[in-house]
Amino acid sequence: MAVPRYWREIPARYNLIGKKCTVCGRVYFPPRPICPVCRRKSAGKMVDYKLKGTGTVVSYTVIHSPPPHFEGEEPYVMALIKMDEGPHLIGEIVDCEEDEIKIGMRVKATFRRIMDDGEKGAIYYGYKFVKE
Amino acid sequence: MVSIVGYGAYVPRYRIKVEEIAKIWGDKPESISGGLGIFEKSVPSIDEDTATIAVEAARRAIESSGIDASEIGAIYVGSESHPYAVKPTSTIVAEAVGATPYLTAADYEFACKAGTAGLQNCIGLVKANMIKYGMAIGADVAQAAPGDALEYTAAAGGAAYIVGKEGGIAEINYTTSFATDTPDFWRREGQPYPKHGERFTGEPAYYKHITNAAKMLMEKMGTRPEDYDYAVFHQPNGKFPVRVAKMLGFKKEQYEQGLLCPIIGNTYSGSMLVGLAATLDIAKPGDRIIAVSFGSGAGSDAFDITVMEGIEDYPRRNLREMISRKKYVDYGTYMKFKGELK
Repeated sequence: MAVPRYWREIPARYNLIGKKCTVCGRVYFPPRPICPVCRRKSAGKMVDYKLKGTGTVVSYTVIHSPPPHFEGEEPYVMALIKMDEGPHLIGEIVDCEEDEIKIGMRVKATFRRIMDDGEKGAIYYGYKFVKE
Repeated sequence: MVSIVGYGAYVPRYRIKVEEIAKIWGDKPESISGGLGIFEKSVPSIDEDTATIAVEAARRAIESSGIDASEIGAIYVGSESHPYAVKPTSTIVAEAVGATPYLTAADYEFACKAGTAGLQNCIGLVKANMIKYGMAIGADVAQAAPGDALEYTAAAGGAAYIVGKEGGIAEINYTTSFATDTPDFWRREGQPYPKHGERFTGEPAYYKHITNAAKMLMEKMGTRPEDYDYAVFHQPNGKFPVRVAKMLGFKKEQYEQGLLCPIIGNTYSGSMLVGLAATLDIAKPGDRIIAVSFGSGAGSDAFDITVMEGIEDYPRRNLREMISRKKYVDYGTYMKFKGELK
């Protein structure tokens, strides 16, 4: 990953800061510059909005064949999570056995190492989820 | 007056038992547990390091204290296992707790006492009215060479303390330090594991520095061991803190609540601060605590603390209960989590 891209995304990755449309009140994560519902009316009216970090598992899958940078971490669980403020996001569920994870389970965000660019490269941190 | 306005501790969920490590190296588990006073230690998950542990501890401290993180004027992270050699852990923490950008931040290193050195700096800055709140964190994912005696104790965990002048749950009455050049334990630049002087880490290092710092503190405060409800010492194993407590005249009921090493291992820069967190978890207003850290190399920082009324309303999280929620791993998984399998 390019370091500047990671750096730009730090507010979202560390603190789940998305955007809220002040016209209709919808919350978006990851942040969007324009509300897809209000469109031009939302221009300049999107404000930073920090999610509380709590949500519900909508669905999940177990990764046995990971992409580059995640080798050695398998098996791990990636879940589709509906955050309490409305947006859905994909996140890893950690510190939880596969058979403990259920659809509808409550989760909360935690701060973990996501990946690195090898032993000499930058380390990228961000949100993952644990059982609430 | 400077007081602790918030604290938070974090210990990873995974554990490895002494028996499991002893099995690999042909040691007798009962002689390890008997000699070192340790039964199991915490293991960081594959995606945990000093920065993630520091963030978890810091977030707990801020949430419980109810302060606005943007009012934190200084963050110091003490560790001997910072994820980067050059690039501060403290800015990662500051960003993750929402304290950036108007603050000073730095990483400290002094073996196991870098966290308490940071705490002293925060006390100084608050006292000088240079900052409103300061946060000091001691956290480590301690390294040990496979097969070294340290492997039985080198653990992971950390604690964060926020100090300020307003509100507060425990007043810091005074702090003293004692430091000399004593090469009892070291890790050279670029080396993955530390080396240590075995028995030399005891008398001229741990015991000498802790007893001197504690005696200086009690002399200055005009106190005796029986004046304290609780005593917390650095815990490189389960034996040293018990012996140093006896040497100074403290009894089991004073140190047992803060003695976590037998069940989580040595969390290095976190060690004394994590023990203090477990002690604050049950302390009552008016209770007096003496807490003394030790860092090889060598030095000790001692703190005299009086618990305030504010502790009654403070949302305490019960660290011992968190520690009891654990999952055991085998030696192979431990090696994988520690990144030893390349």
